[in-house]
Amino acid sequence: MRSDVTGYELNAPPDLRAVLTRIASEPGRHALLAGGTELMVALNTGRLESRSLISIQHLRELRFIRVTPDAVEIGSGTTFTDIRRNATIARELPLLVQAASWTGSIANQNRGTLGGNICNASPAADTPPALHAYDASITLLSVRGERTIPYSSFHLGYKKTLLEPDEILYSVSVPRAYEGWRQYVRKVGTRNAQAISKTALAIVALVRADRIEQIRIGAASLADRPLRCVEAEAALRGRSIAENDLEPTVRLGRAALAREAKPIDDIRSTAMYRSAVAANLLEEFLRQLSN
Amino acid sequence: MKAMVQLTVNGQQHRIDVPPMKRLLDVLREDLHLTGTKEGCGEGECGACAVLIDGELVNSCLIPALQINGARICTIEGVSTEGGLHSIQQCFLENGGAQCGICTPGMILATHHLLDKRPTPTLEEIQEGLAGNLCRCTGYMRIFEAVQKAAEARDAL
Repeated sequence: MRSDVTGYELNAPPDLRAVLTRIASEPGRHALLAGGTELMVALNTGRLESRSLISIQHLRELRFIRVTPDAVEIGSGTTFTDIRRNATIARELPLLVQAASWTGSIANQNRGTLGGNICNASPAADTPPALHAYDASITLLSVRGERTIPYSSFHLGYKKTLLEPDEILYSVSVPRAYEGWRQYVRKVGTRNAQAISKTALAIVALVRADRIEQIRIGAASLADRPLRCVEAEAALRGRSIAENDLEPTVRLGRAALAREAKPIDDIRSTAMYRSAVAANLLEEFLRQLSN
Repeated sequence: MKAMVQLTVNGQQHRIDVPPMKRLLDVLREDLHLTGTKEGCGEGECGACAVLIDGELVNSCLIPALQINGARICTIEGVSTEGGLHSIQQCFLENGGAQCGICTPGMILATHHLLDKRPTPTLEEIQEGLAGNLCRCTGYMRIFEAVQKAAEARDAL
């Protein structure tokens, strides 16, 4: 049942500093509301727990895409539409653009933000696999200062993250280091728009002389959190994809991914299906590399 | 808790005193009596409540009133001009793009947004542009045809 809106507070502090001061003075009391594509759904279905919300949707300070020689830094308030419209991201980070295009519909992409997608911390979220594959780092901000950490360390468990109650996700930084790398992303779901994924895999790999020199794999809906598939990466690093070696390499990759995948049965799919399909996606990528 | 919100809807300015978490959808329907915008799912999945905020397509069931302070909003009532139908509406009418009508205001606004960004969309671009708008009557083909005709009509203007 829908919640009674009169029971909720919503404030819009004038700038980022005012937001940080507010959440520092009453840590854990407020939920941050950006594009609303998650929390407003919770409100409309009577599941919104926090009675006090702080809008950060209007903060220009969080909505930017800065391209430096080494990285693309994306403000947490950047919408999926902003990401899809950026020429550098489109050219160099196609997995992120693809993931943004799968997030909800156009109307949701005009509103939903990259920071919201990360901090909502759904294991099925669309952009985290690409951010894992690209080895992104994230910057967290509070009145105490800022810290930049690898994105791979951010998710601790189901909807649990490293974010402290007085902190806000400021930006996501993706290295511009993938020229010549092979890039792959595929989402398996009932339809591309709106439908939440049954599973998804994003992979980047650097191949030289038929050997996988580097590989990074991110997955959705394979664990209680967006998963960086470090076991499969370790199993495949240094392996040959030459014609005679491909089958053992595929077997190794599938087995390693199966070991670290801990999916669940839910309304959208089953654990068995998710594990099998994720392994198939990895195999598809390895066979594409070989061709 | 209440907040004073100023907004412009279809060219008309309003000042309203509302709970800040009240949905834009309810502000439009209850406070401004603009009932053309429909509620479908209330979860941002169906697009029946789609409107334009500062030219961008959004689902009004997911927007709290406080976030529209200072915004320019266009609803289905603002699409037609001087009492006549907009060419998009005319094309939906002529091509059977509307049946029961619940999804139609959202479909029209999504089409408006799509043709603003892509004046001559491919079928695939039409399908993506309307992917967030669900219709349980038409089976979509007539809607896609209506959008194609609307793009041609717009081209001819």
